[in-house]
Amino acid sequence: MRPSESFPKVKYLYGPVATIFASTKTGSWRILRPVIQQEKCTRCGTCAKHCPLDVIEVDRGNKEKEVVIDFEYCKGCGICANVCPRKCIEMVPERGVK
Amino acid sequence: MDGNAAAAEAMRLARVQVISAYPITPQSPIAEKLADFVAEGSLKAKYVRVESEHTAMSVAIGAQLTGVRACTATSSVGLALMHEVLGVASGCRLPIVMAVVNRSLASPWSLWCDHQDSMAERDSGWLQFYAEDPQEVLDYLLIAYRVAEDPRVLLPAMVCMDGFFVSHTPAVVLVPEQETVDSFLPPYNPANLYLDPDDPMFVNDLTPPSDYTEMRYQHKVAFEEAFKVITEVQEEFFRLFRRRYSFIETYKCDDADVVLVTLGSMSGTAKYVVNELRAKGYKVGVLKIVVFRPFPADQIRNALKHVPVIGVMDRSAGLGAEGGPVWIEVSRALSGLEPMPKVAGFVGGLGGRDLAPHVIEKAFRNLIDIKEGKIEMRQGSKWIDVREDAMKIREVKVNV
Repeated sequence: MRPSESFPKVKYLYGPVATIFASTKTGSWRILRPVIQQEKCTRCGTCAKHCPLDVIEVDRGNKEKEVVIDFEYCKGCGICANVCPRKCIEMVPERGVK
Repeated sequence: MDGNAAAAEAMRLARVQVISAYPITPQSPIAEKLADFVAEGSLKAKYVRVESEHTAMSVAIGAQLTGVRACTATSSVGLALMHEVLGVASGCRLPIVMAVVNRSLASPWSLWCDHQDSMAERDSGWLQFYAEDPQEVLDYLLIAYRVAEDPRVLLPAMVCMDGFFVSHTPAVVLVPEQETVDSFLPPYNPANLYLDPDDPMFVNDLTPPSDYTEMRYQHKVAFEEAFKVITEVQEEFFRLFRRRYSFIETYKCDDADVVLVTLGSMSGTAKYVVNELRAKGYKVGVLKIVVFRPFPADQIRNALKHVPVIGVMDRSAGLGAEGGPVWIEVSRALSGLEPMPKVAGFVGGLGGRDLAPHVIEKAFRNLIDIKEGKIEMRQGSKWIDVREDAMKIREVKVNV
């Protein structure tokens, strides 16, 4: 270990700036959570294409692989549920999800 | 209703005919409510959707010149964006009345209350009223229309309310009957400049040095006239609506050893703290400034000439100055008194920080200590609610 690592110098920044990005995990904003019926889903990928945060992972046409949503960032906007051609995404209140 | 609703209600009662407002937090509910009034037909006005506050004020200027009561409202950086055209409105002596919902200026970005936005416009040639609660918002707006449009004044007016503390906090508001307001506030009659194809004027033309000073002097005289007119209008307002207003409001100042000068919503908290401290035997009082432009120096001097120690609470930083702007003006108003009172400045409540009772009490305790000779009065404004770690709130580690 180099000496500078064991004794890091400290300085202070002035003005509006964040160096700890605590509020970037937009999943904390979510009130409604999209829940996908994996059996009904055809893996068409329409939801992933429309997701404004690009947090839905679909292996198109591969029924074996489940659709995965990154809930650290999903805001629960509901666009996926609206565009789903099979209507197999339901928006469930967060508190109701176990 | 809250302060925003009271402002919209007052503008409807004033029968404004052209509305040009651009939404900005915390003013947006005013813009929305006026739009509702127009949509439902309870206000016969043209609502112009504009793309910025600069345009909102420009449209208001054009509309007012055609001989109607124009209407707008804004906050913070919206008011700053209007800065250029605020001077056009006042210089052309157009009595536009605007609600200003006080919010701090960027940066740091903040949605919350302080007075830097309207204090930055204190020399823009507008009248300025500061309301403590929603009732005062409604009443000062009605008073402002009458004062602004008086041929002896002809100045635009800002009625300021603290963002969220007044704009979003509901309170009981007595809304007067339309007929009573109509008798108080007759239809707008353009007494000075106007746009009429049958009687053309070239308004806001280039003015050479040979006339500029004289027009500024006319503007200055208008503020002097405003003292008389405001008194008359407040008197008539009392006769019709039974609520009495003045340039300043004094609370338990008569026998006070120590008085705190306030502006806006903090005044209510300060009066509460006065009652608490009086119960403990301290002779303290509050002087609330209602009209900041024209600045009521004589009224303040008369009310405080017997008070040995005075504090002034500024809700703006007065960056680069010796202290906050209200403190500077109050100090100036009291200078020359014999004996000269001690006038201590405070800065607090910035960017939405609450001027809670314990903060106001800290200011009073400071003043009492000065009065009792326990501490020396410091030069410049004291930052009453700043955290001790102020210079160290953003720590980063650097590898050398």
